[in-house]
Amino acid sequence: MKEISESIIAEIAEKARVMRRDIIEMLGAAGSGHPGGSLSAADIVACLYFWEMNIDENNPQWADRDRFVLSKGHAAPLLYAALAEKGFFPREKLLTLRKLGSPLQGHPDRNKLAGVEACTGSLGQGISWAVGMALAGKIDKKDYRVYALLGDGELEEGMVWEASMAASHYKLDNLLIFVDHNGLQIDGRIADIMSPEPVADKFRAFGWEVLAIDGHDYRQIMESLVTAQNTRGKPTAVIANTIKGKGCSFMEDRVEWHGTAPKKDEVAKALLELA
Amino acid sequence: MEKQATRDAYGKALLELGKLHQDIVVLDADLSKSTKTAEFARSFPERFINAGIAEQNMMGMAAGLATAGKVVFASSFAIFATGRAFEQVRNSIAYGNLNVKICATHAGVTVGEDGASHQSVEDIALMRSVPNICVLVPSDGVSTRKALFKLYEQKGPAYLRLGRPSLPLIHDDDMEFEIGKGIELRKGKDACLIACGIMVEKALQAADLLLQEGIGVSVVDMHTIKPLDKDLIIEKARETGAILTLEEHSVLGGMGSAVCEVVCEHFPVPVIRMGLDDVFGQSGSPDELLQYYGLTPEQIVEKFHDLIKKKQK
Repeated sequence: MKEISESIIAEIAEKARVMRRDIIEMLGAAGSGHPGGSLSAADIVACLYFWEMNIDENNPQWADRDRFVLSKGHAAPLLYAALAEKGFFPREKLLTLRKLGSPLQGHPDRNKLAGVEACTGSLGQGISWAVGMALAGKIDKKDYRVYALLGDGELEEGMVWEASMAASHYKLDNLLIFVDHNGLQIDGRIADIMSPEPVADKFRAFGWEVLAIDGHDYRQIMESLVTAQNTRGKPTAVIANTIKGKGCSFMEDRVEWHGTAPKKDEVAKALLELA
Repeated sequence: MEKQATRDAYGKALLELGKLHQDIVVLDADLSKSTKTAEFARSFPERFINAGIAEQNMMGMAAGLATAGKVVFASSFAIFATGRAFEQVRNSIAYGNLNVKICATHAGVTVGEDGASHQSVEDIALMRSVPNICVLVPSDGVSTRKALFKLYEQKGPAYLRLGRPSLPLIHDDDMEFEIGKGIELRKGKDACLIACGIMVEKALQAADLLLQEGIGVSVVDMHTIKPLDKDLIIEKARETGAILTLEEHSVLGGMGSAVCEVVCEHFPVPVIRMGLDDVFGQSGSPDELLQYYGLTPEQIVEKFHDLIKKKQK
């Protein structure tokens, strides 16, 4: 089992801090995009890319690599920040986000940027890609693992539950999904707009192993990854309770930061907090 | 004359291909007995995935499987594959430019008694409007088999439109099938009948009837709707000066529309499009329905005479 020590946790925390800064800077330069849901899942994605996943930035198409699918594709800045930090592409490219001709599309395109595994952005579809990748792993008897990150609002898409049924039916224990449970969607609180609750019970009823964690507690994230690795015969859903906009006080738990980029002064303010 | 449904030819060819290529994975959405993927499922259960009655997830899974190097054949009825799951086909398979072949059966009104809910008359329009997707509508069992083998070789997304009823075999086993190249089955100078799918046979019958009147028409099996054989269409427009298009599909957005786009821009001549005139189908036997919607050889002959009047103006 991989070690979970205080020094490793400090390393991951530092990666998450850098990624959060990158997210703010990218969105500031782009002038549009989605900060709230990028920041809420930063700690989860930091644990995946810098502690959990077996990937090779020098060989992005390595057949045995672990796969990460950003099903909540609007958190693209988070994915790009992780890939840049991992060394898939030079950091300078981050500031081309959402610009004409940039490989850093507003929502991820696997054909434009190495390291991006799926074309996502239309909610609900990424989990199905992940199920397909996990099925391929089973067919080929490979031991790679597949990870997907979903938003809690995304669970309102019916397709998510078609995919959940299939993942359980085909006993995809090589699949883990994180639900970034920040409680907000564009129009307001998920509880007011269209509640997907009880989320844990739903996945359990669909035959999944379900864990509920604090999505900003690195130890809990890592422990959930270990638990999932040891779970046999079914997929794992980790319901990660998070705060939208986490790390930037004026954005935290504020729905207006779902899809609004910070202006120059707001970028400066956020970077000061993330210094 | 020997008969075979294109879906039966698909099932057999899929089995053949599955024996040859280990990278083929077949998906279906609880219709494997009807789409004829069931034989593949029996022979290669480890490479067959039943998605259940969940077409959207089937298309998403197909994308995921293709990223891992699988050549995926995903089947359902045309209405569900292209209608229910349109946005998954668009955003996951086509935008991802993935090696997924959507092989949909029960296209058009010849589904018959099940009625309009199951009769897809919009699928060609939907699929040809999406970038990256190659659209094929074979006219018989022989060309279906050839099409499938070609699709395996050609990397990228494709839509193969197949039907329910048994059809006469039009092509010889040694036919040349090239994606993007229409096949002129009859030569003639008075007009050109451009048809796809089940309407190719009807066009040939209409050509026979016209021959009895001393009229010679060209008949083209336009099995590929995208990429469309522009050169052949322009050549036939120039040679015959009048085109009749025939498809078991809406006249809006389908093969006829595609032909008109080419004719308008490159060599304008009178065209009449035959197909469903912006209406849904209904229950009935396939033959009754083809008669009702004006798609019999005799009705084609009538339209030919309308076309000739336009040509002579």
